[in-house]
Amino acid sequence: MAGVTASALTTEGRPAPSTANGGGSAGPRGVLGALGRIRWGRGTVLLVSALYFMVPIGATLWFTVDNSPQGFSLDAYRQIFTVPGLWPALQLSLLLAAGTIVLVYLLLIPTVVAVRLGSPKLRTVVELTCTLPLVVPTIALTAGISDVLRWCNDNLAPTPFYATFLYAQNANFPVVLLLAYVVMALPLAFRTLDAGMRTLDVRTLLEAAQNNGAGRARAIVTVILPNLRSAMLNTAFITLALVLGEFTVASILGYVPFAVWIVNGNSAGQGPVTVAVSVVSLLLTWLLLFVLSLGGDRRNSAPAQQ
Amino acid sequence: MSTAPLSATPARRRPKGAAAGRLAVVPLLLFVAVSFGVPALAMAYGAFTTYNPGKPSQYTMGNLTASLQGGYLDALIGSVKLSALSALIAVVAGLLLAQAVVTSRFALLRKAVLSASGVLANFGGVPLAFAFIATLGNAGVLTTKLHLDQHGWSLYSFNGLVLVYLYFLIPLMVLSVIPSLDGLRRQWREAAQNNGATAWQYWRHVALPVLAPSLLGGFVLLFGSAFAAYATAAAMVGATVPLVTLQIATALSGNVSADATNVALAMSLDMVVIATLVMVIYIPLQRRSARWLV
Repeated sequence: MAGVTASALTTEGRPAPSTANGGGSAGPRGVLGALGRIRWGRGTVLLVSALYFMVPIGATLWFTVDNSPQGFSLDAYRQIFTVPGLWPALQLSLLLAAGTIVLVYLLLIPTVVAVRLGSPKLRTVVELTCTLPLVVPTIALTAGISDVLRWCNDNLAPTPFYATFLYAQNANFPVVLLLAYVVMALPLAFRTLDAGMRTLDVRTLLEAAQNNGAGRARAIVTVILPNLRSAMLNTAFITLALVLGEFTVASILGYVPFAVWIVNGNSAGQGPVTVAVSVVSLLLTWLLLFVLSLGGDRRNSAPAQQ
Repeated sequence: MSTAPLSATPARRRPKGAAAGRLAVVPLLLFVAVSFGVPALAMAYGAFTTYNPGKPSQYTMGNLTASLQGGYLDALIGSVKLSALSALIAVVAGLLLAQAVVTSRFALLRKAVLSASGVLANFGGVPLAFAFIATLGNAGVLTTKLHLDQHGWSLYSFNGLVLVYLYFLIPLMVLSVIPSLDGLRRQWREAAQNNGATAWQYWRHVALPVLAPSLLGGFVLLFGSAFAAYATAAAMVGATVPLVTLQIATALSGNVSADATNVALAMSLDMVVIATLVMVIYIPLQRRSARWLV
């Protein structure tokens, strides 16, 4: 699913070709008559869609504030601050998200610069590499990882690598999860950063910087990166959303970050609190993504007007 | 102005720059080889071998055969059915919604729907499951208010999952089909009308054929998303609906038997094969629709 939304986020901001449908300019009477008939259908479609998409959100909010016998109560939300286990889980998720974002930057920023400057062949190789994770569903990747871990556990014990192996699975900061998340974030992050890169005239920027005496590395850090800031921010947000919501890998490998805590807590009988927590996390994530999509709209349409 | 130095230098600078460029890509390739390649190969290898600690593993087709039999096969078929049905409904519903938005007079509506779709398409996993449990689950708000349970409604079923999956599939479809709808020229419709075509004839003979690659591409894309989804189903139905992702998770958790792990690897391989097919169909379709509708 992740790979999909990259294109979604980029196509979304594309200025609409003027189909003139929105103008509502008067056409021949027959067309207007036809439109008049179609509007009924459109109204129905919009109404049904609005109901389908809003009712679950409304009902979930209702569910968290409706305390059957007494009526309205914000207890579920108050308990968020006291419920055991939530903060460690959230901390772990945020730590993993930070690690994932840093690693994604370190791996991908040199890559997108190189791809922009390099040959088409290099682009093909990189695009293919970054698309590969889409072919292996998360659960299949998890199966592979747990197989590798099982093999290591059975074969590395007598060797000095065993300590490294145990460290990689340390519950306070599981490097295994970090690696998996970076792999999962790659397709989306690459497309976002690459799309940001496309709007820059990298070659000219580098030439200009180098003519002014900057080395290649310095030119990239002080000239290219600031121009790439918004794409980097997008990548960070999307990666954060991915890591905060990730359940599959963590739950199967036995770690308890945020999303796993919510499910475990729910089955342990802390129903309303966990739903409240999931509502809050959802609203925050949505806010993040919404701001992102509005920002993307503005940014992408600006050059088009020039 | 800036082309002069560019065209003068490449002969000398290109080779050096290209080499540096390739070096910059090396960390990424190494990382993917280790973090993705090793588990992927381990999965493929494990699918074809037996596993006994201390003994050398032996080649076998047993895991794959087992993964295509009995309950495991049911799960695979269940997943394919669920993904195909929800993708099909989402394609139709997404097309209708997108068309309603594209032809709307209100620019704000378009913007709002696009932004909301961008957000909702990312809405999967646990929160989605919880939202629907709170709404239509056994103690859900709508279930109790409308006494749906007396009419035989259960969210924790195949149909329930379809209803839930549509929540992120429809926005996904809207996002992927709107660019194509924008590409339908107004002149095509006018030309059809001038030749006496009805709205239905216009759609049947002009619009749908032009949209076909992007609709099919959308279907395949949605199928892939639904097929790979795990968290939503796990948080919602546990194991009451047979799905391949749920089966893999159960087998990996080791509750079944030690052999089950290798069958889980074989099932993962089955999934990879299907996901690969999806990509192989999707990529050319996407290129084709892009070519038509620029």
